[in-house]
Amino acid sequence: MSSTEGFSHESRDPKWVQFLLIGLTLGFVFLLLILPLGVIFWEAFRKGIKTYALALSDRNAQSAIALTLLATAISVPVNMFFGLAAAWATTKYSFRGKSLLISIIDLPFAISPVIAGLMLILLYGIHGWFGSTLQSFGLQVIFAVPGVVLATMFVTVPFVARELIPVMQEQGSEQEWAAVSLGASGWQTFVKVTLPNIRWALLYGVLLCSARAMGEFGAVSVVSSNIRGLTNTLPLQIDALYNDYNAPAAFALSSILASLSILTLIAKSWLEARIDYRSKDKEELL
Amino acid sequence: MSVTGTMQARRLPGFGLTLGFTLFYVTLMIALPIAALLLKASAVSTTELIETLKSPRVQASLRLTFGASVLAALINTFFGFVAAWTLVRYRFIGRRMIDSLIDLPFAMPTAVSGIALMAIYAPTGLIGQHLIPWGIKTAISPLGVLIALVFIGFPFAVRTIQPAIEELDIEAEQASASLGASRLQTFTRVTLPSLLPAALTGFTLALARALGEYGSVIFIAGNLPMRTEIASLLIVSRLDENDVVGACAIAVVMLTATFGLLLGIQAIQWFIQRKTGRN
Repeated sequence: MSSTEGFSHESRDPKWVQFLLIGLTLGFVFLLLILPLGVIFWEAFRKGIKTYALALSDRNAQSAIALTLLATAISVPVNMFFGLAAAWATTKYSFRGKSLLISIIDLPFAISPVIAGLMLILLYGIHGWFGSTLQSFGLQVIFAVPGVVLATMFVTVPFVARELIPVMQEQGSEQEWAAVSLGASGWQTFVKVTLPNIRWALLYGVLLCSARAMGEFGAVSVVSSNIRGLTNTLPLQIDALYNDYNAPAAFALSSILASLSILTLIAKSWLEARIDYRSKDKEELL
Repeated sequence: MSVTGTMQARRLPGFGLTLGFTLFYVTLMIALPIAALLLKASAVSTTELIETLKSPRVQASLRLTFGASVLAALINTFFGFVAAWTLVRYRFIGRRMIDSLIDLPFAMPTAVSGIALMAIYAPTGLIGQHLIPWGIKTAISPLGVLIALVFIGFPFAVRTIQPAIEELDIEAEQASASLGASRLQTFTRVTLPSLLPAALTGFTLALARALGEYGSVIFIAGNLPMRTEIASLLIVSRLDENDVVGACAIAVVMLTATFGLLLGIQAIQWFIQRKTGRN
């Protein structure tokens, strides 16, 4: 039998099985993934480039882009900082309840965005735990910009932490110990020893975190008042335009986010080649 | 642990700072919101909670959400298996691109996916218009909900099964073949059983994701009460009606279901680790 060829992944399935399965995969991927992606750009440019440009230069569209960037610019650095601290704390030391802590960090992945929004309303809404206190300081969170930012932060909490923890776990602490024993401070050790070792994983986490931050819809829509030009993020503005039967404008804005997600996918596979992540079950929720 | 005994006694700098900040942030951002929901739900009397859940509209939405999610997860497990097998075992033009593209539902904002699916499956849409004459309604129908949930869950199935196929023991397959087993026998008796845990995990992850999905579903679903209204949407409608208690009741049911599924995954992982002695 010619089955024991050197390349271990070379399949020994009969040719017709191969053709069938490849065909099935290509058909499914085309129908499920490529078609929706293509439709966005088709619908965006169908009414001509002028309509497209007009949709993007609309004032409410501009302010939606600005709010989306603001929410992303706050949540990504904060959650990156958190991810670094959490990864350091959970991989460099052993303490009781560590695996419970790691599980809790992952929880926002498991919580439906709409339920996340509901939780924030229960905390920061007018009748919520902190609502009246914040109100007395003149700070409105829910149905206002802080709520949008908070919701974005909530859904993106685990992204950086969960990429760093397995990588730092695997790398161990020997290099850090060497640096410390040579007299380096904790901060120097982190910047000069740890950071270079985890840079690709960190970038990977930041990439996924940003993509999610810019695209979050469910959680943000619950806590936002959906006021155009004020508390609408890009996805919310798309929703509003679509419901106004202004599909060309909705698809024009969608094409920006779709382009970003294509870039995300390209950057993702580029980074994956550098981290050799594949064997790690990163898509796991808990 | 690579740290020797004497070093274990000491600690790398930064323990108090990093753990302190981590605990503070986790408490503020994750624990507190969850506690708020659980406390709100527990403050409501059980009878009121059950009354809310027994209303026909809630029942219908829970049935739709769970039914469509399970069906979507099954479809995803099947096609996820086929796609993962194809991507790992076969070489064909465009393989790398397809591989990267699998994560699209992950990377694309759900609202964008939602209107894209609508443009395809609406009665006037690319595919929808050709199905209407056949009496098949792909949008504003439970079928639309199913399509959106298949879309959103697909990467979870592929990305869980793919590494398992990569790590398959080729020698076991070869041994089986050299002992005279046919390709099909080898597949069903040797290959498939060792992939079962991964397939089960993939199914569960796709299911958990589908249960909580909102953005990609609401456009194509059409949101008709009693017919195409998913649980997430009903939570939003209850909030719009200022019925916070009603929203919390549904949320607690959904949250319990998701957490239960994820605990199930932990059990599967634990079982695999014990069986293979790896971690």
